[in-house]
Amino acid sequence: MRRSAVFVLLLWLSSVPAWAVQPDEVLADPALEARARALSVQLRCLVCQNQSIDDSAAPLARDLRLLVRERLEAGDSDAQVKTYLVSRYGNFVLLKPPFIPETLLLWVTPLFVLVAGAVAIVAGRRLTRLPAPTSSLEPSEEAKLAALMRDPNAG
Amino acid sequence: MITETGHYALVLALALALVQSVLPIWGTTRRDPSLVATAVPVALGQLLLVAYAFGALVYDHVVSDFSVLNVVENSHSTKPLIYKLSGVWGNHEGSMLLWVLILALFGGMVAGFARSMADDLRANTLAVQAWISSAFLLFILLTSNPFTRMLPPPIEGQDLNPILQDPGLAIHPPLLYLGYVGFSIVFSFAAAALISGRIDAAWARYVRPWALLAWIFLTLGIAMGSYWAYYTLGWGGFWFWDPVENASLMPWLAGTALLHCTAVMEKRETLKSWTLFLAILTFSLSLLGTFLVRSGVLTSVHSFANDPTRGTFILLILVVFIGGSLALYAWRAPVLKQGGLFAPVSRESALVLNNLLLTTCCATVLTGTLYPLALEAATGDKISVGAPFFNLTFGPLMVAVLLVVPLGQSLAWKRGDLLGAAQRLTAAVAVGAVACALLLAFRHGGPTLAPLGVALAVYVVVGAFTEIARRSGLPGVSLTTALSRLVGLPRSVWGTAFAHAGIGLTLLGLAATGWGVEQIRSIKAGDVVDLGPYQAAVIGTETHPGPNYTEAAVRVDLRRGGALVTTVTPSRRSFATRQSTVSQAGIATLWFGQVYISLGDSHPDGSVDARLFWKPLVTFIWIGALIMGFGGLLSLSDRRLRIGFARRALRAAPMHPHPAE
Repeated sequence: MRRSAVFVLLLWLSSVPAWAVQPDEVLADPALEARARALSVQLRCLVCQNQSIDDSAAPLARDLRLLVRERLEAGDSDAQVKTYLVSRYGNFVLLKPPFIPETLLLWVTPLFVLVAGAVAIVAGRRLTRLPAPTSSLEPSEEAKLAALMRDPNAG
Repeated sequence: MITETGHYALVLALALALVQSVLPIWGTTRRDPSLVATAVPVALGQLLLVAYAFGALVYDHVVSDFSVLNVVENSHSTKPLIYKLSGVWGNHEGSMLLWVLILALFGGMVAGFARSMADDLRANTLAVQAWISSAFLLFILLTSNPFTRMLPPPIEGQDLNPILQDPGLAIHPPLLYLGYVGFSIVFSFAAAALISGRIDAAWARYVRPWALLAWIFLTLGIAMGSYWAYYTLGWGGFWFWDPVENASLMPWLAGTALLHCTAVMEKRETLKSWTLFLAILTFSLSLLGTFLVRSGVLTSVHSFANDPTRGTFILLILVVFIGGSLALYAWRAPVLKQGGLFAPVSRESALVLNNLLLTTCCATVLTGTLYPLALEAATGDKISVGAPFFNLTFGPLMVAVLLVVPLGQSLAWKRGDLLGAAQRLTAAVAVGAVACALLLAFRHGGPTLAPLGVALAVYVVVGAFTEIARRSGLPGVSLTTALSRLVGLPRSVWGTAFAHAGIGLTLLGLAATGWGVEQIRSIKAGDVVDLGPYQAAVIGTETHPGPNYTEAAVRVDLRRGGALVTTVTPSRRSFATRQSTVSQAGIATLWFGQVYISLGDSHPDGSVDARLFWKPLVTFIWIGALIMGFGGLLSLSDRRLRIGFARRALRAAPMHPHPAE
């Protein structure tokens, strides 16, 4: 098991060019190319570990980048390109998972923690509420204190 | 021989760890001082033995003893000495040994330096620390023995994965481990407090330096890892929301919350049980990180050595320690007396808000990291959670954190004045707004979020020093008075300011990526490529021989307005032993920005595919982290926190306190 892991790593390393997007992929139209790059960042290289096709050097990532560019040149909108890829590869291809029943917990957790935490803090405060501010100072002392508070350099 | 003694030392260390797990705690419950007193020498002995074992493995690697399997699999006789040394922890067995060494080191440091601590608290803490050591020593001895022999020994080793043959490997893992294993001692302190049922401001004062120390290392370790990825992986990215990165970010977020929380507890004796919870949570997340990285449950660029068969063992450790400590917490925490009260608008409340936001950040990263695994295990559905998810969820939370940071610094303890605090921050807000307006006016066509990011960053940096400026009394007092006031401020106040300014600078670096320039093209001698304010002129190709590789490089002159600024030589290194190639980016740091060039495939016509970047202010991302670490160090050097100061101060009539504190 261990040897095979090393072997896979070796294979992976030896087949890897240093980086992803290659010069021959770049589209002539800069606006279209910019859209292709923006889309690539959101799409997963399916055979990689958590890499977008924009980052990945795997051959499949290159195929997907070319496919994205093909679709864009054919006049697809960004959403259409994504829908097309999801229809072929499933939601796995999206690095930002869609909001569907299976991902409900994923999307709701941050909000839930924030709200639950806030509620817990407020409720906790209710339990240990500050006693009503009582002053043990004479009115004249109060006035003197207030004067001191107004001017921090007076002391 | 040395190899066998190293192995034996590990066995003895386990025996001592088991003794240390039991005797001190038995002593504190039976009130037997002689049993309590065993904790210190046994902890020191355990450290000595683990250090010996580690030294033995280092020795095997340095002399290239190819009768040791670990050396065969990860070393080569021609490998440079620095990689023979760092190769010790560039593999599973060695990195687990480093883990245990740091565990024993923190135990030993508490035994050696924290002499002023109450004896029973120290004894219990060391006992809990030994529980962790015992578990991991057992793990090493049963599943990951680094001293296994290989007979007959091969003539040559298989070399270290070329991606790891980088100075980054010498620095990143030790720093990171010092950070997240360092939080083990904080966990042990928390468990000890729960066992004894006593926790007070003195406890927070003992714990704070250790939490701070671990936090500094973790901060620097994460930053170093990010810079390493940035310069080796070749596409100029520095954070990928990879599960392995998230594994180190989660303890950092929880640890940051913990640091702020101990500040409240030390000053105001409140938030006790929450502080304990965070202490447990932080180290639990470290354990979770170790599980994720070491078990092979996820394989990624970082998981250079993993083995699923070991996963079960670590999972068991994880369940026992997290489950056990949480159970202990649920059982004992309600006993704790709550301390001082504070108004809804106060420094304490700001820190509670900071904790709420940081905890939510942490929960977000945790769900994002584990959700795909859980979903696949439960339903078989595969989803991906990557950068776009985290940018959308973690991003806004972090913005909220940063907005609150200067405000919290400006609020008084116990009962603050929100309006006053806001007024004091007028300057910070104004400078931020001006920076934003200038960028919008003079930088056309850039991304819309970048100027806002810069505005927030400037606000945080200026805001970090606002409180100090106010305390100096300027402009109401003479310069000398102001200076003497500034010098008289506690170091921890300066530490806070620097740490907060550091996170602001990091954000500045992140925001500035919006103005980066990227060119993807084939280059050959004579080409000139425009990179923002610079022009990259390709001079030609050259080859250099290395110790265990050959390097094909391209020489590129960087010019500005025709004048030569500097030369970079991006290259690709071919390692014969592993038949692989590693790209070495050519990087020139020009002021705070960088020109970054990395190479791809070569073509028969002599041209080379290249990716060329101009990244303005990018170094601020890591400079910010260094400054955060510096702030931590300043805070650590505060006399109030110097280990043992509390008791000495009590003995020798309290020094006259600073008027500001």
